[in-house]
Amino acid sequence: MPVGFPFLRFLVRSIKIMSRFGVGGSGRKWVRMLGLLLLLITATSSTATPKAEPATVLAAAFNEQVSRLTDRSFKVKEAAAQAIAETGDARAIPLLKALLAGDLYYRKDDDRIVYVAPAGSRGWTLTDALSGEALGEVGRRDVRKITVNNRMRSALRTSIAALTLASPDPALRLRAAREMIGSDDPLVINAVRTQLAVEDDKPVADALALVVAIADLKQPEAESRLAAIEVLHGNLYPQARNALNALLESEQNSRVLAATKAALDAIDRKRQLNSSIETLFFGLSLGSVLVLAAIGLAITFGVMGVINMAHGELIMIGAYTTYLVQQAMPGLTDWSLLVAVPAAFLVSGAFGVAIERTVIRFLYGRPLETLLATFGISLILQQLVRTTISAQNVVVQNPSWMSGSLQLNPGLALTYNRLYILIFGLIVFALLLLVLKRTALGLQVRAVSQNRAMARAMGVRSARVDALTFGLGAGIAGIAGVALSQLTNVGPNMGQAYIIDSFMVVVFGGVGNLWGTLIAGMTLGVANKLMEPWAGAVLAKIMVLVFIILFIQKRPRGLFPQRGRAAAD
Amino acid sequence: MGLLQPLKGDTGGQIMLAVLAVIAILVPILNLLVPEGSPLHVSTFTVTLLGKYLTYALLAVAVDLVWGYLGILSLGHGAFFALGGYAMGMYLMRQIGDRGVYGDPVLPDFMVFLDWQQLPWFWQGFDQFWYAALMILLVPGLLAFVFGWLAFRSRVTGVYLSIITQALTYALMLAFFRNEMGFGGNNGLTDFKELLGFDLQSDGTRIGLFIASVLALALGYWACRWIVTSKLGRVAVAVRDAESRVRFIGYRVDRVKLAIWTFSAALAGMAGALYVPQVGIINPGEFSPLNSIELVFWVAIGGRATLYGAVIGAVLVNYGKTVFTGAFPEAWLFVLGGLFVLVTVFLPTGIAGLLKTLKRRRAEPKTIQEASA
Repeated sequence: MPVGFPFLRFLVRSIKIMSRFGVGGSGRKWVRMLGLLLLLITATSSTATPKAEPATVLAAAFNEQVSRLTDRSFKVKEAAAQAIAETGDARAIPLLKALLAGDLYYRKDDDRIVYVAPAGSRGWTLTDALSGEALGEVGRRDVRKITVNNRMRSALRTSIAALTLASPDPALRLRAAREMIGSDDPLVINAVRTQLAVEDDKPVADALALVVAIADLKQPEAESRLAAIEVLHGNLYPQARNALNALLESEQNSRVLAATKAALDAIDRKRQLNSSIETLFFGLSLGSVLVLAAIGLAITFGVMGVINMAHGELIMIGAYTTYLVQQAMPGLTDWSLLVAVPAAFLVSGAFGVAIERTVIRFLYGRPLETLLATFGISLILQQLVRTTISAQNVVVQNPSWMSGSLQLNPGLALTYNRLYILIFGLIVFALLLLVLKRTALGLQVRAVSQNRAMARAMGVRSARVDALTFGLGAGIAGIAGVALSQLTNVGPNMGQAYIIDSFMVVVFGGVGNLWGTLIAGMTLGVANKLMEPWAGAVLAKIMVLVFIILFIQKRPRGLFPQRGRAAAD
Repeated sequence: MGLLQPLKGDTGGQIMLAVLAVIAILVPILNLLVPEGSPLHVSTFTVTLLGKYLTYALLAVAVDLVWGYLGILSLGHGAFFALGGYAMGMYLMRQIGDRGVYGDPVLPDFMVFLDWQQLPWFWQGFDQFWYAALMILLVPGLLAFVFGWLAFRSRVTGVYLSIITQALTYALMLAFFRNEMGFGGNNGLTDFKELLGFDLQSDGTRIGLFIASVLALALGYWACRWIVTSKLGRVAVAVRDAESRVRFIGYRVDRVKLAIWTFSAALAGMAGALYVPQVGIINPGEFSPLNSIELVFWVAIGGRATLYGAVIGAVLVNYGKTVFTGAFPEAWLFVLGGLFVLVTVFLPTGIAGLLKTLKRRRAEPKTIQEASA
């Protein structure tokens, strides 16, 4: 089981809890939820538990049998190999595999059984087969190969198959069974049949049945083939499909032929479903990136009416913060992201507050001019990164729990990094919504955005609220940068790639509406990925842009327009 | 003198046009007649550089017309400029004929490279200069007309309009990057040989292009002045300042906007067409949204709603760019970015506004003295 899985479970659980608070919770419950998030962060520490070693009870018997392999008689060696297999010792499988491959030797001086690997031009590097101890280099003449004959080879193959299948760990059995899918070695198939009769783990039994069914497609009796096809009906392993296709070519019996076609149709239907799910997943993943990039903009643009062209650069600063955090924590890559998220929030947020205090506060009520000024800031920030860090892209490592994928079925795997970023995006969105709806700051932000003069009359310090709102939007951009650093290149120009897309999302969703941003981002992401297979990535993007241009003509204020007096300006 | 009517009262513009006339006479003389060793000699490189600045200036005037007098902050004027440039580039490509690397008499090199068998329909006719010249004005104009017709009719204004103009140029950039579009993809159009039979590398042609740029700028400037001093221009300013009120009085605001917007786009296309033979290349990078924002900034630094300010801004910023990117390439973005911020915060009226203020200040003490006397 992949190491990252518990982390995922925690994330899912905390989202469920969060949504419960979001719907029915009152007052300050979000504080508790923050606690949960902390719990979630600490929970990752427990993910790296070492795997339990299988017991080595019969180690002594194993050692004794192994020593018998030096015997010259094939009969003795065969019996010894059989006995080795029967001990069930963890060392048995590599040992028997080496024996089968002809890589197992014994040292002439003391009859120690060793694995060999070539070293230099005419020497061997030895490893003790029993203890795993390195025994140094010797000449080729100092060791002798343990030879096997054909009879022994087939016995070995059976033993290895049976031994792997008999492993007490279902995960190991499953892996062994999967490796055997498509095998037509009768000895292996027999071992599989034996194991299938006693197997009690459902996934393993299914895999074993699949091995048998694929082999049974070659049975002479039509009935057996029909039974096998029945098992393969709608099976998503590529080997099953290949075997059925091959049968389609060679089959004479019309009943079997019809069944084969039906089974293949079922497979194709399932594959289609899989690819739809995959497209949807890619779309949502792209959408979550768009939402993450745009949501900070939705605050500054929507709530404050400020067009922040430096938003992309604040994302970039978040990504560079991730890089610097990783540089500061060598060897702790798995942890660095968890540090980078708050760090990026603070760094980008600080930049945001600084920008607001020094430039933007002079430009309120002149939205088009904030656009020019912040564009200037974006140029300065880009050059700042180029001068102080590097003009080249930097390498941000992926922690181990972000790599790999979640195998939903044999034909469908969702990569963890995209999955986590999707979930992360939703969490950030939920948190932001909570901040705006349930905190004093959020109340003040909404008050100022709706009616600045009235809010000031009620005692809201609007200048402070402006600075904090802009800082919040910038901080969210920084967090988006952490997520993006896991998906794309981190370089001085990365911000520019997102700024236009982000504006599109905000405008499409309707300015001043966070839910609009979420829906718009996800819609655009999915639409993009839906069109990509037949239009190509670039054309799909162009079509989305044209669609938005036309959409704005129809609904100039986006999907969910802001209502009321504030919308009138 | 009806022709000079639009320039009445426009001191800045008169000075600018006078300077333009002087350099139009002086630069060719200094380039062609003064020997190369002389300190007064103007190299052909400089002539071309000046010509490039002038096309930028014309583009800036086009932007100022819509931003300064109509209140539309276009972040997509680079697209019209690039479309005009592409139309000119297509003519120049057809002029290469069989002198390309692959020697195909009809197909440009990149099409041979892509293994295309015949010229796409939209390349037909570009071997004729008159057709290309028509397209230089028509293509950007038509795009602007359709875009404006949709946008102004549904009353998309302000920030939203700016953002969709940006989306427009971004979409065009992505499209022109595609090889399948038939415009040379990533590399664009280049390796031009001659224009109307004149060798593009010769000094004479360069001077000719320079003078054409001067004339185009003067003509464009005059035309813009003519518009802003006409009744249409006065309605446009009213639309800029109080759109709803103008609509309630009974003017068709969308038509006013559409007319000026389309004219401005065609002007930008003309600037692009003069730009391409002088720099010798046109590629999709010209559609980049950053270019369009930068050129809005030329207008901002020069001074909005003055027209001649746009010329000053475009020439100054680009001259600064040439100097800085040569001497301190690291510092240029700091300088440009810093100027962006400083000008928008402290100098919202730009250089033209600064000049006016200085002039007024010089006038003021006199009145005070007179008053005290």
